[in-house]
Amino acid sequence: MNRLVVIGNGMAGVACVEQILKHAPKFDITVFGDETHANYNRILLSSVLAGEKAADEIVLNSLDWYEKNQIQLRLGVRITEIDPPAKTVAGDDGSVTAFDKLLIATGSNPLVPPMEGTKKEGVYVFRNLDDTRALLERAGKGVKAVVIGGGLLGLEAARGLQVQGCDVTVVHLMDTLMERQLDLTGGGYLKSKMECLGVKVLLERSTTAILGNGHVEGLAFKDGSTLDADLVVIAAGIRPNVEIARKAGLQVNRGIVVNDFMETSHPDIFAVGECVEHNGACYGLVAPLLEQGKVLAATITGNKGPRFAGSVPAAKLKIMGVDVFSAGDFFDKTPGTDVVRYEDPSLGIYKKLMLRDGKLCGAILVGDTSDSHRYMDWLRTQEDLAPHRRQLLFPAPSEDAGLDVASMPDTKIVCGCVGVTKGTIIDAIHTRGVNTLAQLKECTRASTGCGSCTEHCQQLLKAVVPEFQEESERVLCKCIPYSEEKLRDIVRGQRFFSVQQVLDIYGNGKGCEVCKPALSYMMDVVWCGDHDEDRSARYINDRVHANIQKDGTFSVVPRMRGGVTSAKELRRIADVAEKYNVPMVKVTGSQRIDLLGVKKSDLPKIWADLGMPSGQAYTKGVRMVKTCVGTDFCRFGVQDSTKAGIELERRLEHLYTPAKVKMGAVGCPRNCAEATVKDIGLVGQEGTWQVVVGGAAGKKVRKADLLITVESTEEALQAATLFFQYYRENANFLERTYDFIERVGIEKVRRETVYAPIAVQQGLRERLRKSKRLARDAWLEGDEPRHPTQFVQIEPLEKVMQ
Amino acid sequence: MSKIKKWFRVTQVENIPLREGRAVQVGGHDIAVFNLGDRFLAVENKCPHRGGPLADGIVSGTTVACPLHAWKVDLNSGEILNRPENPQCVQTFPTFVENGVLSVEITVKASSNPEASLNCLASISQNHNFSNSASREV
Repeated sequence: MNRLVVIGNGMAGVACVEQILKHAPKFDITVFGDETHANYNRILLSSVLAGEKAADEIVLNSLDWYEKNQIQLRLGVRITEIDPPAKTVAGDDGSVTAFDKLLIATGSNPLVPPMEGTKKEGVYVFRNLDDTRALLERAGKGVKAVVIGGGLLGLEAARGLQVQGCDVTVVHLMDTLMERQLDLTGGGYLKSKMECLGVKVLLERSTTAILGNGHVEGLAFKDGSTLDADLVVIAAGIRPNVEIARKAGLQVNRGIVVNDFMETSHPDIFAVGECVEHNGACYGLVAPLLEQGKVLAATITGNKGPRFAGSVPAAKLKIMGVDVFSAGDFFDKTPGTDVVRYEDPSLGIYKKLMLRDGKLCGAILVGDTSDSHRYMDWLRTQEDLAPHRRQLLFPAPSEDAGLDVASMPDTKIVCGCVGVTKGTIIDAIHTRGVNTLAQLKECTRASTGCGSCTEHCQQLLKAVVPEFQEESERVLCKCIPYSEEKLRDIVRGQRFFSVQQVLDIYGNGKGCEVCKPALSYMMDVVWCGDHDEDRSARYINDRVHANIQKDGTFSVVPRMRGGVTSAKELRRIADVAEKYNVPMVKVTGSQRIDLLGVKKSDLPKIWADLGMPSGQAYTKGVRMVKTCVGTDFCRFGVQDSTKAGIELERRLEHLYTPAKVKMGAVGCPRNCAEATVKDIGLVGQEGTWQVVVGGAAGKKVRKADLLITVESTEEALQAATLFFQYYRENANFLERTYDFIERVGIEKVRRETVYAPIAVQQGLRERLRKSKRLARDAWLEGDEPRHPTQFVQIEPLEKVMQ
Repeated sequence: MSKIKKWFRVTQVENIPLREGRAVQVGGHDIAVFNLGDRFLAVENKCPHRGGPLADGIVSGTTVACPLHAWKVDLNSGEILNRPENPQCVQTFPTFVENGVLSVEITVKASSNPEASLNCLASISQNHNFSNSASREV
């Protein structure tokens, strides 16, 4: 059998081997890799750094794959020499391996510009999984990180480090970011997006030295200025790794020179990937490298014919919320080149297309890359755009969502990285039972490269899979057009701690009275109260912890757990009502007392005089637990509902919820405290409690659903609190429990709360505990206001003399 | 009776938190002052709908939503934005910040200084565009 040796275990080399395996005849294959990992998706290293993906999630070919295909994998061995006449390669482990055909896929090395001090401790490059792990270990809260290089990789590294808590500055030599992919305007939009994320950007800084005594302490620039740093990442570009090829006497310019068939100057040696130079161009992006692999696979297996014809350069920045796409050539200023442009500074959207002779030659998209596929296609096909001239930047809205898919020919490439066509995907759906995106990735490899075709793949699945179920997506608001579920993922994944941050990156930067309170709640629930509270994003009720009335005065409802009070408390309430001339004192339907018509500036004094905690009657939060007298006095009572209700209220009070939560506890099925029409109810039976949820007696009347029946009061409280936290984490803002349950289904609610695996239950309890630990009685702000004028009426400095 | 326009020092700017409003009474006017980050704007603290206190609303860019029924008021022009059938406006007041102190310009009776009584200004409080451009000139 023919012996094939592959130097390099990266994406290009292994993808080529995958293609070779599809051809006959068979080779006896050995792959050398100087890293100690199986082949992984290098493009996604930035996602690992940003904590979006775990290291094992980016593996492309597991060790099983090598074994199954009888490939000998030699990890941790660096090939140091090729001997073309003897047809052997020598490794740094002393091994000598003979080959009949040799494939060089050594990729590239980070380019380290000449400057002093690059060997200091704390200076990194960002190229492989080990670099990423080292950075993850080093990064952390308050660490001052500087990234040298404002290109694709540098920006992704910067964002990753910042997500890890570092204070990050990007230092760039040129006057604009990503200058090879963007024009000045696009670079400007990108810069402000990065700055919104909290990454500082310094342009036109040439680094001359890395300062520090052994360990990095800062950078020195050519203009004489310096910058403090605890960690430096050099991301100034890459250089094809060609040393062994040069030593072996192959023709090498910048990269290893290959022809259209991927043959080098030696008949039995081939090369693929970033180390290659074809027609004067080196490629650093996935799609062309995979294309090269296909051509080479044909050549090397005796099926020579397909040619590599070069490729349209294209790049996509992979930072969530900072959408940047660039393809083709946009520096051409020859006459006859049309520029078509669109800008929306508020939304941070910039689109620019370059057309030559009616055909697309370049595209830049910042802030909205949803059309990148269309443009990539036009660049590839060089289609005459005359029929599309009026819809170049915004496709005409299609009435039929499936039409886009229907209008694609089967040969159209959906996934440009891996080269998967529509036909292949449809075939996989029908013949291999694919009906989810995960299965599609597994089966066809579509969408495993840069991921930009995910939406297209999903559209195809939707159009073709017989029983496709679409997740209904209700967007929060036009200021920030994402579903709340998606936004919760964004907030968690991107570690946003303030409302304004999310609005700046994902929204229009302004927000409104609809989305701001919703995002405020989201921050609170995602971080269990450990977020950056922004009162300007809250309703007035949540700024002053009282309910605004039609005349601008407020109402005050102190907490009276379980509706149980005392003579002393009632006396204090009466005193307050007199002292502050409260116009109306009213017993509420929630077994509490409401003081209506209070001035904002009197609130702190009234709270202090009352000496009772906030009843949260003004907010989306825990209202009360209404109880009956239970076994203490009632001759029908079979459970101590008063005690159970007070305990439930104590466990949940001061917490916030998507919409108000009213609860009830009754000692017998006569239901005197109406627990069966409450958001959460405990219904006492002889020897058991029924825990019921999703009841309503407001605009809508709905009998609560039974969640579970349990024996002890403690079990009932546990079940109620599990549901409570589940509702907090999964409902949309302002969605009451009864709407939530009808949307989700009570079976699912049971499955994911009381019948959930222990670990899931523990997770819910732990997050509730954390929230509870950080929750405090809002009325304590009366003594310690968050802002000096929170409750105070401002007195003008100058009086008007009339 | 003649009236003139005068600037009044209202409060230290720190007293108005970012993207929030505060109510203040100056010379019989109930005024809501807002901190928009890059500037301060002042309008009558009364929604034309049901008289809600605009100072307590949520700010969105340069508009505020009334806390009672979410009528949206443009803080530059005083116009109601989400009720086009309603031509009412709220009065706007020119603002000015110096040495960390916010001042607003209001119309007062000109009793002590007859030569300064500019009758033509009496109606200016109704003319919002003019009062806003005044704030820029300052």
